[in-house]
Amino acid sequence: MDRDSVAAIAHLARLELDEPELAAYGESLTRILGLVGELDRADTAGVAPMAHPLAGLSQALRPDEVTERDERDRYQANAPRAEAGLYIVPKVIE
Amino acid sequence: MSWHAKTLTQLAAALRAKELSSVELTRLLLKRIESAQPTLNAFVSVTSETALAQAAAADRALASGRTGPLLGLPIIHKDIFCTDGVRTTCGSRMLDNFVAPYDATVVAKLKAAGMVMLGKANMDEFAMGSSNETSFYGPVHNPWDPRLVPGGSSGGSAAAVAARLGPVATATDTGGSIRQPAALCGVTGLKPTYGRVSRYGMIAFASSLDQGGIIATSAEDVALLLGAIAGFDSHDSTSVDRPVPDYVAALGQPMAGLKIGVLKEFFDTGLDSRNAQRVRDALTVYERLGASIREVSLPNIGLSVPAYYVVAPAECSSNLARYDGVRFGYRCKDPRDLTDLYRRSRGEGFGAEVKRRIMTGTYVLSAGYYDAYYLKAQKVRQLIANDFERAFSEVDAIMGPTTPTPAFELGAKTSDPVTMYLNDIYTIGANLAGLPAVSIPCGFVGALPVGLQIIGPHFAEERLLAAAHAYQRETDWHRRIPPGYE
Repeated sequence: MDRDSVAAIAHLARLELDEPELAAYGESLTRILGLVGELDRADTAGVAPMAHPLAGLSQALRPDEVTERDERDRYQANAPRAEAGLYIVPKVIE
Repeated sequence: MSWHAKTLTQLAAALRAKELSSVELTRLLLKRIESAQPTLNAFVSVTSETALAQAAAADRALASGRTGPLLGLPIIHKDIFCTDGVRTTCGSRMLDNFVAPYDATVVAKLKAAGMVMLGKANMDEFAMGSSNETSFYGPVHNPWDPRLVPGGSSGGSAAAVAARLGPVATATDTGGSIRQPAALCGVTGLKPTYGRVSRYGMIAFASSLDQGGIIATSAEDVALLLGAIAGFDSHDSTSVDRPVPDYVAALGQPMAGLKIGVLKEFFDTGLDSRNAQRVRDALTVYERLGASIREVSLPNIGLSVPAYYVVAPAECSSNLARYDGVRFGYRCKDPRDLTDLYRRSRGEGFGAEVKRRIMTGTYVLSAGYYDAYYLKAQKVRQLIANDFERAFSEVDAIMGPTTPTPAFELGAKTSDPVTMYLNDIYTIGANLAGLPAVSIPCGFVGALPVGLQIIGPHFAEERLLAAAHAYQRETDWHRRIPPGYE
């Protein structure tokens, strides 16, 4: 996997990487793709992809009722920047 | 024998008989933690103040006649479990400043049972690693030899229990992260069936594989704790609504007539011959107890590592998209714009292995590659699950090695990720198929412990723990304590 492919993936994942990192990840991702390439050996014709480790279980549902309290202030105490109940980020619209 | 070397069951009896108070026990263990920390680095946070307050409350409750099997007993939580008002880092710079605003269900249940939290155990960053070397807080060292790794990702939990810094710890297992460190540290670790234990408040890595469990010094203690944390949780829709059996009461199940399968594939390649011998010796103990041994085959098990390294990174890249530098966690300095904020907060906040997995996952899910990698891996995962199902129509449990070798040196496998990934070759299958599995100490190679892995069908935790307990009644490997920690 070359430098530009790694940079494209890193951008999709929103990861800032420097040049040495791009080179190092190019090498290790190539090795990992070599490992996972072994999957080609398996004959999967007619096999449905696994959707859940416990076959036959249906998704649990609950009544559509309000059960949680508003804890905005408590949760926003962990925000890097919050004011007046809002999360603050750099200006998006000029 | 000193208090720190007792099991939970013995400590509970001592508390009830007033031979010891919870505060005395807590102080004693906090002191051991403090003196071991420079060598082992098993903790990210030691919560002395809350521990002593919880212990004092437990002593008052005991004095007023309240009882409970876990009341006043100490617990260490892996730092992946959210703890209300207590820093929860997941071993990452990204969450270095994160104070959880709520308790994970596992934590809440044990708190309600009166357990005393000693601290938060070190771990591989976001549980991604097999040696505890990816932690932002530095590696954990193996108490049997501090030059060696303790395994991972629950390396802090395993090392702390092995060094008798606490009788029991919570842990999590996505590809072997409970069983592999338990094996390398000589302790007992159970990964329950997928869905048996709530994942609410357990920081997500790969949601279809992650499962919380327990590391302790005996199967009996694991059984006691599992009963307290298992069960349906309305906050986790993947937790299974099914009665929780009395795991302790089931420990006496006889081994006579038990059909044990031994996997041909696990002994074929890469297994250290000395580890293989310890496992074979353990099987003879079961034969002596009346179990029968037969060979079974899982033809697709050789593809479990490749399948895992598509599925787990794919889910990781989705789960870790939430760390955006906006709502909580690390934010870079002076972002130019929103994209710069995302890119630098994530680039600086995540460590090298986490970034590698996010990129692997992003790649296999990207347009044009989804079918070739992700869909293919999910089909292979189904084949592996089918192999296990066929095997369990012939045998009650599958036994084999937990790891290919004993603990290795720090730094020995960090240069090539694939070498590190292959450590989990025997453990990943159970995660892909959602099966319960336990690792128990079954002897030594030189001065280093070796683990026996027992895998069962879905919800066979009673059988697995009974088998582990039967072995531990015949042997004393699980009672061996690393030199210097006796």
